[in-house]
Amino acid sequence: MDKVQMLLGLSMALFALGLTGVIIRRNLLVMLMCMELMLNGVNLSLVTFAHQLGAAAGAVLVFLVFVVATAEIAIAIPIVLLMVRRKRTLDADAYADLKG
Amino acid sequence: MINSLLSSLDTLLLVVFSICALVGAALMLVLKQPMRVAMALISTMVFLGGIYGLLGVHFIAAFQVLIYVGAVMVFMVYVIMLLDPRDAFTRRYSSLLVPGAIGFALLLGALVIGIWNSLPAATRATGATGFGLAQFAAAFLNEYWLHFELTSVLLVAAVVAALAVIGVSRKPHG
Repeated sequence: MDKVQMLLGLSMALFALGLTGVIIRRNLLVMLMCMELMLNGVNLSLVTFAHQLGAAAGAVLVFLVFVVATAEIAIAIPIVLLMVRRKRTLDADAYADLKG
Repeated sequence: MINSLLSSLDTLLLVVFSICALVGAALMLVLKQPMRVAMALISTMVFLGGIYGLLGVHFIAAFQVLIYVGAVMVFMVYVIMLLDPRDAFTRRYSSLLVPGAIGFALLLGALVIGIWNSLPAATRATGATGFGLAQFAAAFLNEYWLHFELTSVLLVAAVVAALAVIGVSRKPHG
């Protein structure tokens, strides 16, 4: 098996694991961490392609993903704090009334 | 002799780091305490940083550790300690466990089949291997300066939004 194939398989496994974690876990913080795992999987595929093609564009995109992940976590954590302050639980099922 | 040994060592380390990252990611779905999940995610990120270093993009490895582990995950660990979720619910998984697992298997199968079908064409196009920080910096600030500025705007917007979210919550309390 090729090195590139192995790394791409790893990145897709990380992405799939993260998506599954967002779906099946109930804890809000764990769901946020699984989203970070999805971003990490995408980053790994970007780095692999950039390494394979010798192009710097993939690395630039990795940096933009870093920034987006940081901004996402900076927004999501205060929202989670507000939700927990209102209902005193991290259980995502307790917020089912948010679906409108 | 030494060169072949070093390259085989590189490959071995790559495989070991990949397996460790995968195990950490799988542990994230299984572990119960959020703090342990955070530790598993941190180990996965550090191993991914090792993979980036082995691929020759050392600056991305450094920023992976600095930004993800040093900033994002420390923030997350603080919040876990702040919320103290030990007294929370007992069930780990939502009712979507079985559909989620089936969807995971389907998604992974589709992605892997996609890799195996498409990659022989991609591996033929192997060009120069690796690039340095100078090439990256030149491309970053010459070609992608607009994106760089847009990310700074995004960060400012995120800071303002975080302040607004916290400020809204404080109004009812005076």
